[in-house]
Amino acid sequence: MSKVCIVFDRLRSEEKMLQKEASNLGHDTLMLDAKITQVNTDSKKEDFDLGDVVLERCVSYFRGLHFTSSLEFLDIPVLNKFEVANICGNKMFMTLLLKKNNIPTPKTYFSFSSDSAAENLDKVGYPLVIKPIIGSWGRGVMPVKDKDTLEALVEVREITDSPHDRIYYLQEMIDRPPRDIRVITIGDEPVAAMYRKSSDGGFKTNIALGADPELCEITKEMEDLAVKASKAMGGGILGIDMMEDDKRGLVVHEVNNTVEFKGLARVAQRNIPKEMIEFALNYVRK
Amino acid sequence: MNCPECDATLNIPDDASVGEIVSCPDCGADFEISKKDGSNVELKQAETVGEDWGE
Repeated sequence: MSKVCIVFDRLRSEEKMLQKEASNLGHDTLMLDAKITQVNTDSKKEDFDLGDVVLERCVSYFRGLHFTSSLEFLDIPVLNKFEVANICGNKMFMTLLLKKNNIPTPKTYFSFSSDSAAENLDKVGYPLVIKPIIGSWGRGVMPVKDKDTLEALVEVREITDSPHDRIYYLQEMIDRPPRDIRVITIGDEPVAAMYRKSSDGGFKTNIALGADPELCEITKEMEDLAVKASKAMGGGILGIDMMEDDKRGLVVHEVNNTVEFKGLARVAQRNIPKEMIEFALNYVRK
Repeated sequence: MNCPECDATLNIPDDASVGEIVSCPDCGADFEISKKDGSNVELKQAETVGEDWGE
């Protein structure tokens, strides 16, 4: 019997599904709230009972990332690894790594001040899609269709003045059907996929915003692309998002680190949380 | 138990776990289960959605 530790900061149905599947497989689980856990520079692995492997499942990206760094400091095996989380949590780092690995991805422009972003948009032309480099669930993602929209966005960013808002990530608008594809990979293997369709015919297709999930058959092209993207990021348990570009075929626009799967788990043929637990335990046995 | 915010009745399932979020059906406030010992449940204000929340 093994022991799996699931680190959370908000216990969602995904974490409970993981706990249940671990138990069904005959393993012990430990649910650990990152918010009430303390680590210091003298901490030792033996000070904690975190089982054989940790699945980091915090909903807060920075909390999860920093918690992961402390686990790795203690030589406690954790999924995903710090480097994977660090890259996937930042859209700019992730996009650059996709491109570096020759994975088709939308053309993306990076500017490091609002003036420079405006100058680039004047040069490239509207529309482009602006995305915050940190954040999920479609927050702050919107098409910039004209100069007025850009000026309004810049004004808001200057008021909020988050350090990451000084980085402008602007992406080409892809001509595609009103949906995207989410492929879940576990250990570089695609296990399930779904189409995410905009719930109101709008631009965004995030499930968190009410998009309808629909089971998607994994084609060879999807599989190849998902495997390449997973390997490029460093592996682990990932959610690879793709769009169907009318001209180029599939393009990968995002790789998610702490993948949410409750919608897909309801319709997938394979047992996603069970495979995650099995992968995690095999990961430490290797 | 009652909502700490508006005093409405909160329905907390028997199988709810520490760390889970309970929403008040009347005022919509979210609370996190901070302690649970049988039917004794302690709540604390849930964190609000952060800029870095998500996948």
